Amino acid sequence: MNMMTGVSPWERLIRPDRVHGSLYTDSEIFEAELKNIWYRTWVYVGHESEVPNANDYVVKSIGPQSVIMTRDEQGKVNLLLNRCSHRGNQVCSFERGNARSFTCPFHSWTFANDGRLVGYAFPDGYEGQDKSQLALGRVTRVESYRGFVFGSFAADGPTLKEHLGGAAETIDRLVRTSPEGEVEITAGFLKHRVKANWKFILENECDGYHPAFVHTSIFGVADSMIGKLYGGASTALTRDYGNGHTEIDLRPEFRKRDEPMSWFGTSEERLPDYTARMKTAYGDTAAREIMIDGTPHVMIFPNLFIAEIQMFVIQPLGVDDSVQHVTALQFKGAPDLNRRLRQQTMGSVGPAGFLLADDSEMYERCHRGVLARNPEWIFLGRGEKRQRQDELGFTVGHVTDEVPSRGIWTHYRKLMEPA
Amino acid sequence: MLSRESSATLMSAITAFLYREARLQDEHQYEAWEKLWTDDGVYWVPANGADIDPEQQMSIIYDNRSRIALRVRQLMTGKHFTQTPQSNLRRLISNIELMDEQPDNGDIAVASNSLIFESSLRDDTLWAARNEYRLRHVDGELRMASKKVILVNNDKAIYTLSFLV
Ligand code: FES
Ligand SMILES: [Fe+2]
Repeated sequence: MNMMTGVSPWERLIRPDRVHGSLYTDSEIFEAELKNIWYRTWVYVGHESEVPNANDYVVKSIGPQSVIMTRDEQGKVNLLLNRCSHRGNQVCSFERGNARSFTCPFHSWTFANDGRLVGYAFPDGYEGQDKSQLALGRVTRVESYRGFVFGSFAADGPTLKEHLGGAAETIDRLVRTSPEGEVEITAGFLKHRVKANWKFILENECDGYHPAFVHTSIFGVADSMIGKLYGGASTALTRDYGNGHTEIDLRPEFRKRDEPMSWFGTSEERLPDYTARMKTAYGDTAAREIMIDGTPHVMIFPNLFIAEIQMFVIQPLGVDDSVQHVTALQFKGAPDLNRRLRQQTMGSVGPAGFLLADDSEMYERCHRGVLARNPEWIFLGRGEKRQRQDELGFTVGHVTDEVPSRGIWTHYRKLMEPA
Repeated sequence: MLSRESSATLMSAITAFLYREARLQDEHQYEAWEKLWTDDGVYWVPANGADIDPEQQMSIIYDNRSRIALRVRQLMTGKHFTQTPQSNLRRLISNIELMDEQPDNGDIAVASNSLIFESSLRDDTLWAARNEYRLRHVDGELRMASKKVILVNNDKAIYTLSFLV
């Protein structure tokens, strides 16, 4: 609270239709975000299918921190911090593997894959020491939703279900694209680094205003149908689910087309196995609906982006340094669909992707641009006067409107302001 | 091939081919570069090591011939913003070797190292790679039937790679 004006600093930086440029570039604000967002709220870490068997592990992250996601012998998923409780050495140096325990290379302390210290080298000298006080650090709360594992460093606070709120339904919508109701993350990640603040990525994921311009080069040569979805005449919507979660809802357009698999630019004829399995799993009518509606385009605050066919995980490393981890979504029981998903994902995202190279260029240019001192503000008022509430009470606007950004900043301010 | 030409002659033809490819890439001569490919060409830049299965795992680039053409066409629009303005590039190709392995159809297995200096709006970036080629004589000229570019740091987070590597 500013004693002179009675106005909190966040209130001065975040207004209903604009935000201050320093929010993207000030390194003190970045440090505050680590504390108040990344180390407090629910953050997506990994998917259960990445550790299918007992003792599997994969190294993930929460912001700059390295987190080992393990499945222990009991089958439980743990999120352990990759830091030896002796002198801090990283206990795990491989990206994935299968191990009952991790032995620190420095002085050979050994930790079970549920985090317990099970032994130290030369145990004499540790007489009377309680090993349970020297376990690996862990992410305080771990919860998973339909296979998506989230962690929170806060002991108290909303449950994952409460945090996801209305956006949980988008994950339900995603998994039913599989005839077995499950997503699998098995195709490996591309890691694309950008010299830009993470919030430029966060906001861009549901920015339906830019595709017509930023992606014109690929839409033009690939005669893609995506361009139209983001045109002025599109009936697609932007939606603010609250808690920072935002969506571009393309279903109105796909429902107009009324053609199964049109959301993926293909048809039932070209995916006969998948279509048959979907009909067996859900019945003809429901399968048809699912295959018309397609998968969601949703940004789960602060770091999980489901982009119809791929998944992005945003990782902030510094105020102007971020990584986009991307992979193709794979649907259990849908090998013919999965192959196309991988091919299209490789074409469009990652460091050499037809789409993401240009998005990433925009983040970097924004980051450099916003260092200019004048004008100080970023204007996010598009569609403010025409936004409305949908049947469930969420704010929606035209696909090109800045409803998502305004929703993100409203939530951001809540998290950043001292309670 | 080796029976018809002395290996020294073949080697100098291969070296000239690789240098020419490098220059076309550095100078953004996209159409001329595309002509270096055979009709069944495969352009592969793996991620996370050298030995992943590109049919199962994500690669940075895994282009069949029609996707190579699409990549070139996107670059030619002048609106692929990550290459507008174009990166300034110079690369060194070295350690060119004829590999022992003799592909079934008579293609020539060649490998080289490359070191690429990229100067772009973001910054100056140094890229290093192992390149593995299968070259083929088509109408008396060498063509690329496959090119695999193994970036030394392909297991790490890397910046945008939008030029022809
Ligand atoms: S730092 Fe790990 S055992 Fe000493
Ligand atoms: Fe985009």
